[in-house]
Amino acid sequence: MRVVAAAVCTLVLAGSAAAAGDPQHGKQLFQTGCASCHGLDARGIRGRGPDLHGAGAAAADFYLRTGRMPLDSPRSEPQRSEPAYPSDQIDDLVAYIGSLGGPAVPTVDPAQGSVSDGQRLFAANCAQCHQIVGRGGAMPGASIPTLLHATPTQIAEAVRIGPYVMPRFGPDQISDGDLASIARYVEYAKHPRDEGGWGMFDIGPVPEGMATWFVGALALVLLIRVLGKRAGE
Amino acid sequence: MIRWLVAAILLLFGRGKPEPPPTPGLPPRPTHPRAELLALALLALVPGAVVVFAVVYFTSANTQLLGLTLGGAFAFAAAAAALAANRILPQDTHVEERPELDHPVEQAEVEELVAEAGEGVTRKRLLVLAAGGAGSALAGALVLPALSCGPDATKILSESPWRRGRRLVDEHGEPIAAHAIELGGTITGFAEGADKERMASSVVVVHVRPDELDLPPERTGWAPEGFAAYSKICTHAGCAVSEFRYPLYDPTSPKPALVCPCHYSTFDVSTGGHRIFGPAGRALPQLPLEIDGEGHLVAAGDFSGRVGPSWWGVRKS
Repeated sequence: MRVVAAAVCTLVLAGSAAAAGDPQHGKQLFQTGCASCHGLDARGIRGRGPDLHGAGAAAADFYLRTGRMPLDSPRSEPQRSEPAYPSDQIDDLVAYIGSLGGPAVPTVDPAQGSVSDGQRLFAANCAQCHQIVGRGGAMPGASIPTLLHATPTQIAEAVRIGPYVMPRFGPDQISDGDLASIARYVEYAKHPRDEGGWGMFDIGPVPEGMATWFVGALALVLLIRVLGKRAGE
Repeated sequence: MIRWLVAAILLLFGRGKPEPPPTPGLPPRPTHPRAELLALALLALVPGAVVVFAVVYFTSANTQLLGLTLGGAFAFAAAAAALAANRILPQDTHVEERPELDHPVEQAEVEELVAEAGEGVTRKRLLVLAAGGAGSALAGALVLPALSCGPDATKILSESPWRRGRRLVDEHGEPIAAHAIELGGTITGFAEGADKERMASSVVVVHVRPDELDLPPERTGWAPEGFAAYSKICTHAGCAVSEFRYPLYDPTSPKPALVCPCHYSTFDVSTGGHRIFGPAGRALPQLPLEIDGEGHLVAAGDFSGRVGPSWWGVRKS
């Protein structure tokens, strides 16, 4: 009974969230702010911006709430920044793009996932680019964003839509349950437990090695010099 | 226990007792009461630090504090020892004369004997040459069995488990359904029934639009419905080529490619794995694919080239 009540609540909440956006107002905002690249009818302009029919609310929510759209220039790489629109206007824009068809904003509950499963899945599918605790990096042609600021919903959206040059993973490859585990692991990895000592910003073995060489080795050399001077006296 | 107590009491209250009278004939030893007190204080700090260590161990188990307290205990003990050695113990330098190790007379006799020994030999050079040859032959005989140490790496690394009809399986050994990989998706596959650790076993499968593909004419049909498979082992240094970039909107983004995270060798998946960036010397070998009646990905033959890193000039193509 409780489960049913919870499900109804979720449905109502999801419905109210979707209903919060006004697609008509969203269309007006779109035609002022987005149409220069995506076209007045959101059919896209070749070489500037893609057709958004079928992109879905998931893509619109991801790109707008992470501040990746609108872009300064069509050829620049979308990067995370402060959202250009206030939250209620993003609701309207998402409602408008959602009305053109495509996947809805995915629901993901990290509490339903497992950290260890999430780590295994993340290591197999995400860590090669995003690094094992999600601090990001670079590859030829693109920078790879850190996941420190990504919300569970944004992680689910990115996995499903594959923004910019990221590959896309469907539910037959990464199930919704797996996605919850991945989201939970990413939440954990924002502040991983550093039992061994200082994590050095969790950016990997290179800075740790540099600290060994430039701090530890330098201290040893200085110590040896001091000892050598003493012995010479 | 009682003995310990007595010892402690003696240590505490025994100070200040009159020193025994100095041995006649020796100069009186200087005493160092302040240094002794300091060393005692340092030694007393050692159990103190150990107690704090134990408290931390049973309460918070913070590794940094544990290291600090235990390291501190060792540091106090070391300081006390250094102080005792430098300031409390008597400092005198004694030099002991060593006997001469050379035996010049005997040495000269031996040298003379050796010089005489060669005079009776007529074919000296030939004998030396023959002895050298015999020695080299023996050394060669000893080294020869080293060839059986370890397998022939080049042969093993060239073996490929891929045959026409062999299915691709995922990391759990399940066959890979083509429809599970969305457009712009990727998955790591292995040869069914083969050891995953084998270099030629692992492939990376990518799903691109069929019209994006521009494969060489002899590879027509190698990527059915846009599913293309390449060796997962980089041709540069043998890392796993695990990064796949696929643009959501290609006119304004970099083109689809597989990237090796070690040195950023980048391979074009549309044209058959040609290197477009990075240190790799040759293309990533492609595995021809088919989709079987159940919709699973199946190999249609062996790789287009040799799998694995290029070294010693063995793998130039």
